[in-house]
Formats: sequence, structure tokens, C-alpha cells
Amino acid sequence: MTPLYMAFLGGGLLCLIGQLIMDLTKANITPGHILVGYISTGAILSGLGVYQPLVEAVGAGATIPLSGFGHLLVQGTLKAVERDGLLGAFSGGVEAAAAGITCAIVFGYVAAVLFNPKD
Amino acid sequence: MNVDAKKMHQIEIQEYQNLVDGIKPKPDVLKNCIWAFLVGGAICALGQLMLNYLLSLGMSRIDASSTVSCIMIFLAAFFTGIGIYDELGKRAGAGSIVPITGFANAIVASAMEYKREGYIFGVGARIFSVAGPTLVFGFAVAVLIGLIKVFLSS
Repeated sequence: MTPLYMAFLGGGLLCLIGQLIMDLTKANITPGHILVGYISTGAILSGLGVYQPLVEAVGAGATIPLSGFGHLLVQGTLKAVERDGLLGAFSGGVEAAAAGITCAIVFGYVAAVLFNPKD
Repeated sequence: MNVDAKKMHQIEIQEYQNLVDGIKPKPDVLKNCIWAFLVGGAICALGQLMLNYLLSLGMSRIDASSTVSCIMIFLAAFFTGIGIYDELGKRAGAGSIVPITGFANAIVASAMEYKREGYIFGVGARIFSVAGPTLVFGFAVAVLIGLIKVFLSS
């Protein structure tokens, strides 16, 4: 089991990188850009085999950031390709991320309906 | 005369620039980074705490990981609804955006604003205004990598 301080350090550093990107680049980086950037970068690093060692070192520090979601999609896809071949390339991602995506849609919808924005 | 005018002009530009730099609010990079590090780290440590607990109950790593994601998403949706997450986000910046809780926050925050347009094509559609692009690029990269693996192993 990964100790808590490792998760804290790893997750903190990944967020710090995001903050530096937002503060130091001239382009107007929105939260949406950060989310898209992290999921894509995480997926690419996962495909290159770089992300898994990071997960082993810092645990939730690497799986909770959205780059970990990209990693989950790619690992699910690769596993499904080994099992099912070509079909797996299209089924593996959703399969691995099914719970997270469904929770995000359902809880997200319910929360948006129940609560009103503060102003 | 001409040279003097040019010099004067340059000095004016310089003075103006100094004035602008003095008034323009500077992003306090160091402070922002410390906040991002602490809040992002804390959210991940909370995730690790849940993960370790579920693992100690004998749950498999994959199931435990998915469960933690679901709980974090639920919490983020709730705290966005009652308005606390966005207050935190004002200070924490990327510390509240990068974790999966930031993904859930983006879904709820953008959907809530469009209630006026109805529950189907307002809330139902706006859920994906930020989550949509994120999923599109995540899946695009994942499928591409999957296809490369199919190609390499055939």
C-alpha cells in the first residue's frame, strides 16, 4: 500500500505543474484546457509505459489526477486488445472507465438539477 | 532635433510600460503554486486513504480504484452544488482542477448555469461542455494507442 505522504507529494506536484502552466503561459488557459491536456498527456505517457511506474510510486497521487483517468483508458484498451484483438481497441477504454464516467454523468446531472448556482 | 524626439518617445514608452507594470495585477505565482500543491496533494491523499481502507477490506485493486473515483466524483458534485468547491477553486487553482474532482466540478458547474434552457437540452447537454472535449481526447488517444498495438502485434 502506498503511504499517504507519497500520494500527497505526487498529487501535489502534478497540480503544481498545472498551476505553472496556467500562470506562466501567455495563452489564456482555461480549466477545460487543463483537463484535456492532462487526460491526453496521461494517456500518451501510459502508452509509452512511463505512467505505470509513477502509479506504483505514488498511488492515488497519480490515479486521482485526470492524467490517471487517461492512463486507465489506455491500460483498459491495451488489455482488451490482448484479449479481443481489433475490437478491444474500441471496447477497452469504456470498459475500464465505465464506473467513473457513469458516476460523473449521473451524479453530475442530479447535482445540477438539485442545486442552484450561487450569485 | 529628430534624434531628441526619438529619445523622448522611447523614454515615454518606457515610462508608460513601468506604469502599466506597476498597476497590472501580477499573478502571484509562488502563492498560487503553494495553494495548488497543498490542495491537490490533500485531495490525492484523501483518495489514497480511501483506497488503503478498501484494499484492507480485501477488495481488488481495480475495484477499489473505481470505487474511490466514484466517491470522489460524488463528493465533488455535492460540494460544487452547495457552492463550496468553487470557493476552494478560487484559491487552489489547478489544485482543484487537475484531480478527478475538478472533472466532476466542471460538469456540475457548467450544467447548473443552463437550467433556464430546460432539463433536457439545458442541463442534459451542458453537462458535456467541458467533460465532452475531455472524453473525446482521452478516447481518441486510447483508441489510437490500441490500434498501434493491434498493428504491432499482427
